[in-house]
Amino acid sequence: MIPELGTFATILALCLSLILSVVPMIGAYTGNKLWVDYARPLAKGVFFFLSLAMLFLAYSFQTDDFSVVYVAQSSNFNLPWYFKISAIWGGHEGSLLLWVWIQAFWTLAVAVKSKNLPIDIVGRVLAVMGMITAAFLLFILFTSSPFERFLPNAPAQGADLNPLLQDFGLIVHPPALYMGYVGLSVAFSFAIAALLSGRLDAAWARWSRPWTNVAWAFLTLGIALGSWWAYYELGWGGWWFWDPVENASLMPWLVATALIHSLAVTEKRGVFKSWTVLLAISAFCLSLLGTFLVRSGVLTSVHAFATDPERGVFILGMLIFVIGGSLLLYAIRAGSVKSESTFALSSRESMLLVNNIIFTVACAMVLIGTLYPLVMDALDLGKISVGPPYFNALFVPMMSLMVIFLGIAAFSRWKETPTELYVSKLWLPAVLAVVAAVVTHWIYSQSIEPWVLLALVLSYWIVFTWGREFVSRLRNRDSLVTGLTRQTRSYYGMLLAHLGVAVMIVGIAMVTVFVEHRDARMSPGDQIEFRGYTFIFDGAREVQGPNYTSDMARVRVLRDGVPYREMFPEKRMYTARGMVMTQVALDPGFTRDLYIAMGEELENGAWAMRLQFKPFVRWIWLGALFMTAGALLAASDPRYRKQAKRDAAQRQLVTE
Amino acid sequence: MRKFWVFTPLVAFLVMGVFLFKGLFMDPSKLPSALIDRPFPSFSLPSLYEPDQMMTELDFKGEVALLNVWATWCPTCKDEHEQLNKIGLEEGIPIYGLNYKDDPQLARAWLERYQDPYSKVVVDRDGRLGLDLGVYGAPETYIIDQHGIIRYRHVGEVTEKVWQQLKGLMEIIATEEDV
Amino acid sequence: MRSITLLPILLLLLSFAVQASFETYEFSTTHNEMRYFKLSKELRCPTCQNQNISDSDAPLAADLRRELHRMIEEGYQDDAILDFMVSRFGDFVHYKPRIAPETYLLWYGPFALLFGGFIVVFFVARNRRLRARASTDQPQVVMESVEETNVTSALTAEERERLDRLLQQDKNL
Repeated sequence: MIPELGTFATILALCLSLILSVVPMIGAYTGNKLWVDYARPLAKGVFFFLSLAMLFLAYSFQTDDFSVVYVAQSSNFNLPWYFKISAIWGGHEGSLLLWVWIQAFWTLAVAVKSKNLPIDIVGRVLAVMGMITAAFLLFILFTSSPFERFLPNAPAQGADLNPLLQDFGLIVHPPALYMGYVGLSVAFSFAIAALLSGRLDAAWARWSRPWTNVAWAFLTLGIALGSWWAYYELGWGGWWFWDPVENASLMPWLVATALIHSLAVTEKRGVFKSWTVLLAISAFCLSLLGTFLVRSGVLTSVHAFATDPERGVFILGMLIFVIGGSLLLYAIRAGSVKSESTFALSSRESMLLVNNIIFTVACAMVLIGTLYPLVMDALDLGKISVGPPYFNALFVPMMSLMVIFLGIAAFSRWKETPTELYVSKLWLPAVLAVVAAVVTHWIYSQSIEPWVLLALVLSYWIVFTWGREFVSRLRNRDSLVTGLTRQTRSYYGMLLAHLGVAVMIVGIAMVTVFVEHRDARMSPGDQIEFRGYTFIFDGAREVQGPNYTSDMARVRVLRDGVPYREMFPEKRMYTARGMVMTQVALDPGFTRDLYIAMGEELENGAWAMRLQFKPFVRWIWLGALFMTAGALLAASDPRYRKQAKRDAAQRQLVTE
Repeated sequence: MRKFWVFTPLVAFLVMGVFLFKGLFMDPSKLPSALIDRPFPSFSLPSLYEPDQMMTELDFKGEVALLNVWATWCPTCKDEHEQLNKIGLEEGIPIYGLNYKDDPQLARAWLERYQDPYSKVVVDRDGRLGLDLGVYGAPETYIIDQHGIIRYRHVGEVTEKVWQQLKGLMEIIATEEDV
Repeated sequence: MRSITLLPILLLLLSFAVQASFETYEFSTTHNEMRYFKLSKELRCPTCQNQNISDSDAPLAADLRRELHRMIEEGYQDDAILDFMVSRFGDFVHYKPRIAPETYLLWYGPFALLFGGFIVVFFVARNRRLRARASTDQPQVVMESVEETNVTSALTAEERERLDRLLQQDKNL
């Protein structure tokens, strides 16, 4: 009964979202305020019914209703209750429902938080979001319903959630990532609404900015959580694999990063309007493309969902409709947009344009690399693999170039910046960055590693240039306190995010170059020493878990000969699926992680063990957290709300 | 000029769409053999029937034949065995076997139990020959011509449909010789 | 109806084979060991979904690791080892596509785009400057753009008053 109610709620949500995508849109065109006013209640209704659907699915999981195909496939009687919640999005069908529920949530958020916006714009934006919701709901109902039943016979026991997914990571990573992916639909909808209304002015950029910042923050957080999860869950300590699925999340991130910067220029100076609109459209379209790549089986990936050509065709059709339609609209409308504001080659506008070029090209590079094997194959040119060596070779120089400009941009001014200003402000940070990098490198390791040196120079470059800029702002104030309080939240947010870049660079370079590992055969009593740590293997014993049995090893760790801690890596056998899993033992630290994974059991109680020393690996995610916090801080700037009110009042004035 | 540029994203997307659509009907996990039109790699390995007797690549020369890579641990090999029996025993097409990373004893028992369609079987216990041949998943079925040159590879189960296709190819390869 | 064996398994950032599988090979030099780890990450396991032979626990990946270890210890150069692998499994096995006419677009395309992008920046900025210079001679051109950049400045005193009133109303709501 409950699953049928779930289907019913989904169908009702579909009906409401179809009305939402039509009625306010017509209202906005004909100037019928009553019709436009339907947008908000409809958005609330869609969210209400999808929440019900989620609740019904959750209920089926909690009550172990294995007559539901999806529950039987991804749950089990013995699964702990919290994993029965996260199992809702542990597979294709449920994760789509989560996606569309989040879509409805964002729609609701726009409906509630848009009191200050002109009602016709709100109507159009909500209508566009309603269309996206409707498209996904059609997809769910026709090809991927999580409420489908086994008839007539239901299995007595579920196949269990994939052991890999029985982890805290599954609870937080997909929701965060989807909040980011779907959040980009807000900027997308604002862009489409602006194109439809023909009023492509600076105001839409201002309205989109906080939304884009929040979406970008979630996307950054989601990707970082995924990276962290892969790091500790997979057992070999990698944190980024350049797998198509990761690339699918990186591409929208790169374009969204460009978008955030481009929106700033469009809002402040009224230039790059059509370019910014294109970025807003592309960012969300790339999240849709990512969905297609992950769920259609077009690319081989370690993380792909079970594939089904029927689904692939359906999503591709949806892509053609949404992406093709919006790009067509763009081509028709953007051709006539003119921005008359002027700027020189040496100006903040140009700097941000360079930022945009680099991020967009980096995204294009990831896209080319991801799809190249497919294209070669389709043209019968042979099968190739494009992997980490390619992506690293191209991505690293591009991002290094980006960071150089990031430092220069600290002193750029709108319209025109005298070249002498750059020289006078930048030489000191440049010299300091090189000196500090050499010194830091020398303190850490007496060997010279060019990549680490480069990374340190770039990090210090960011810190010193923006630091100097920050200090010069404070100097212009009467006292330090007024100086600090006078800066806006969006300014602090920007500083924090840029600092995050510096932190992340250090983490990436250090862990890549200075990682050290030992693959060893260890008998009880054996010890291995490196990097000042001694690892003593005490042997392994059997342990019984709720739905697995495990061989748990005990490794005593000494630091400089002094007992430091004990670590317990495991080799788990999940009974329901007969799957063996490596549970690594981690000793996280600010400047290094100790990482132990068990391999195979060898004779006489000996085990193959992989011990790793991972310097500064936490800094990668710390940097991402800084960026997330920075973006959220910027989004919370009260300036946006005040300005939105102003814009709306002006519009009203113009239309009266 | 500008009117033209604003269409580029749309065009780029549509071109990509064509490839994505094509991609839906391709199997990215199927690999062509790197050894097509190259001689069968040289080896010296025991025969399954007479373990003392060493076989070499010369044993696979002389006529157009199939070479089937199989093992008793491979479930798909069992699925296709009946079809192989039909090809080898009923149609009388020569099939060479390559027993891949398997226990010869188990392999012999298997052939006794499910009939033996092979004319010769070579034992590749540690998978060295399989590696030289670029085997990436049993079962694999190759077409080898009169001169011991590898002409075609099929990965996965040989079904009736696949067999008809292989048969056609073998007939073409056999007539080539007369030219 | 879909069969229960068709399990939609994996979500994001996870893989099928997660037993970290590795051997405890001995190397004659640390240089050889470094080469082993570098190459084992550059070679793709042909049976697996998308994994290098170092991370995969497929039997074939183990065979390839064994072969890689043997060749390194026997003194083969990296190129010879890669050739060995490619001649057996095709270009597919190497994660770094070789530079050939059919991969020029892959290797050089992004740099061409970057270069093109910088040229665009240069011309856009220059054009804008030229236009700016032209517009100082013809003030009416500037007027057109005012509406787009900042409406507030274009308001008359009367309009401004109404605007303030509207804002006030909003606050009272």
